[in-house]
Amino acid sequence: MPGSETAVQLDQARPISERLIKYVLFGCGAISIATTAGIIFVLLFETVAFFRRVSFSQFFLDTQWTPLFADKHFGIWPLVAGTFLTSGIAIVTAVPLGLLAALYLSEFAKAGLRRVLKPMLEILAGIPTVVYGYFALMMVTPFLQRLIPGLSGFNALGAGLVMGVMILPIIASLSEDAIYSVPANLREAAYALGATKLSTTFQVVLPSAFSGIGAAVILGISRALGETMIVAIAAGQQPRFTLDPRVPLETMTAYIVQVSLGDTPSGTLEYQTIFAVGSLLFAFTFLLNIVAHRLRKRMAGGA
Amino acid sequence: MKDSGGWISKEGIFQLVCLLALALPLLLLFVLISGTFADGWDRLSWSFLTGAPSRRAASAGLFPAFVGTILLMFLTTLLAVPVGIGAAIYLEEYARPSRLTSFIELNISNLAGVPSIIYGLLGLELFVRVMQMGRSLMAGAATLALLLLPMVVISSREALRTVPHSMREACYALGGDKWRSIRRVVLPMSLPGILTGIILSVARAVGETAPLVTIGALSFVTFVPTSVWSDFAAIPIQIFNWVSRPQAEFHANAAAGVIVLLTVMLVLNAVAIWLRIRLGRRLQ
Repeated sequence: MPGSETAVQLDQARPISERLIKYVLFGCGAISIATTAGIIFVLLFETVAFFRRVSFSQFFLDTQWTPLFADKHFGIWPLVAGTFLTSGIAIVTAVPLGLLAALYLSEFAKAGLRRVLKPMLEILAGIPTVVYGYFALMMVTPFLQRLIPGLSGFNALGAGLVMGVMILPIIASLSEDAIYSVPANLREAAYALGATKLSTTFQVVLPSAFSGIGAAVILGISRALGETMIVAIAAGQQPRFTLDPRVPLETMTAYIVQVSLGDTPSGTLEYQTIFAVGSLLFAFTFLLNIVAHRLRKRMAGGA
Repeated sequence: MKDSGGWISKEGIFQLVCLLALALPLLLLFVLISGTFADGWDRLSWSFLTGAPSRRAASAGLFPAFVGTILLMFLTTLLAVPVGIGAAIYLEEYARPSRLTSFIELNISNLAGVPSIIYGLLGLELFVRVMQMGRSLMAGAATLALLLLPMVVISSREALRTVPHSMREACYALGGDKWRSIRRVVLPMSLPGILTGIILSVARAVGETAPLVTIGALSFVTFVPTSVWSDFAAIPIQIFNWVSRPQAEFHANAAAGVIVLLTVMLVLNAVAIWLRIRLGRRLQ
């Protein structure tokens, strides 16, 4: 205890049970550290074992991913391309819609309407992802096939669009928080200078909320990269080094699912590949989350 | 300013575009859910709810998966909620600003952003292999509990923060110690918020598929788990299995499964709202 002498005495004067409670509660908080440590240790342990058998150049320089075939290649790029293509489609869908929805909620909707609409938007985030996968494969893709000839039954487009709907509430809700936290006097200053609501929104409110909106977009990207069921169901299981949204491909997460569906004994190379892929995915999302955290802190600290 | 009528209509158009951006996804969700009901309604029968999986789509049922999901829900809650509330109380009531405290906070917000399939990899190695729980109910619940934990901590902290500081001081003034003020004042007052947050988080965790698939949970389980060490099935995995099959008859089963899963989610959300209103009123 860094406190003064009396504080220390007071602390000791408390019944033992009171101090015990504090330690137990601290233990609850410390479990989060243990979880993070557990994730990093497990991923590292199996990934190191993987790279004992497969070289870095095989992993990062090859463009074929066929660890389950007789002719094994371990080039990660097809899975990375698939992941970024589906996530890219999702982001391109979700950012404009989410940002406009956030503007409606914060700038135009009356308080009563806002209280109804915001939870409704949250419903989109509460739908289980396996249900979104069903939507993508069974309804969205067949609909798109009528518009786009040559669209395969498994494709990045349908999966990405549905994923966009899934991450929209994250982007809308966090952007709205950012827009909402723009001080009222900034807006009033703009109005006092004769600015219209529209130009105030675009020239004052949105630039002031920029770091918060940036954080929202980055968290959306992070969620899209890690999303599993939509792509495992609707995008296919064919690792393919392509950016063509019409053909089947495989994401990093879908590969982990594919291997998990078979009963792969631990210690085998197949078992280790899913941890190597998982490590890369964890690294991507971890970096994005840190950047978003920094941006949000700047939002809270600045202005 | 010269042409203020023009500006107003421009603003009106922009407002309309914003409203459409908000309405479009909701409308799409409505269409998709209606379509699912149309596809799955005929399959939804008593025998579907009480039957076991089968190689014949028409006689396949959801019962083991339904029971598995309910058991998973209770076990996961039991494992994660006490720890989560404890951590929230520590961070809100006891922790002083320090490097360790901010490290714990950063950890929790990071864990909330870790993809669920990574929790599956952790569960696969730690619970299934090292602790040798196999693909049991316990392994599934433990994996989902780790995923649920940061959500419970974050929502419980928000609920604890809504209790005004003056209420705690009133308790101290009456001679209460810290733990008594937490137990008698802070927890009861924040209970509606804590419970609502927990139910919504549990609903989300129980709808997860990826971590359960990763730990190797089975989709063809024809029996109901008899202990926490039994194999188990869950509704999301069963849906995934049915939707992955090429035959259209199984797709109707998947649609019916989606209806059941969405109903479970709806019930949990309704309970959360009801609790918030009910308990909130009592405390007034």
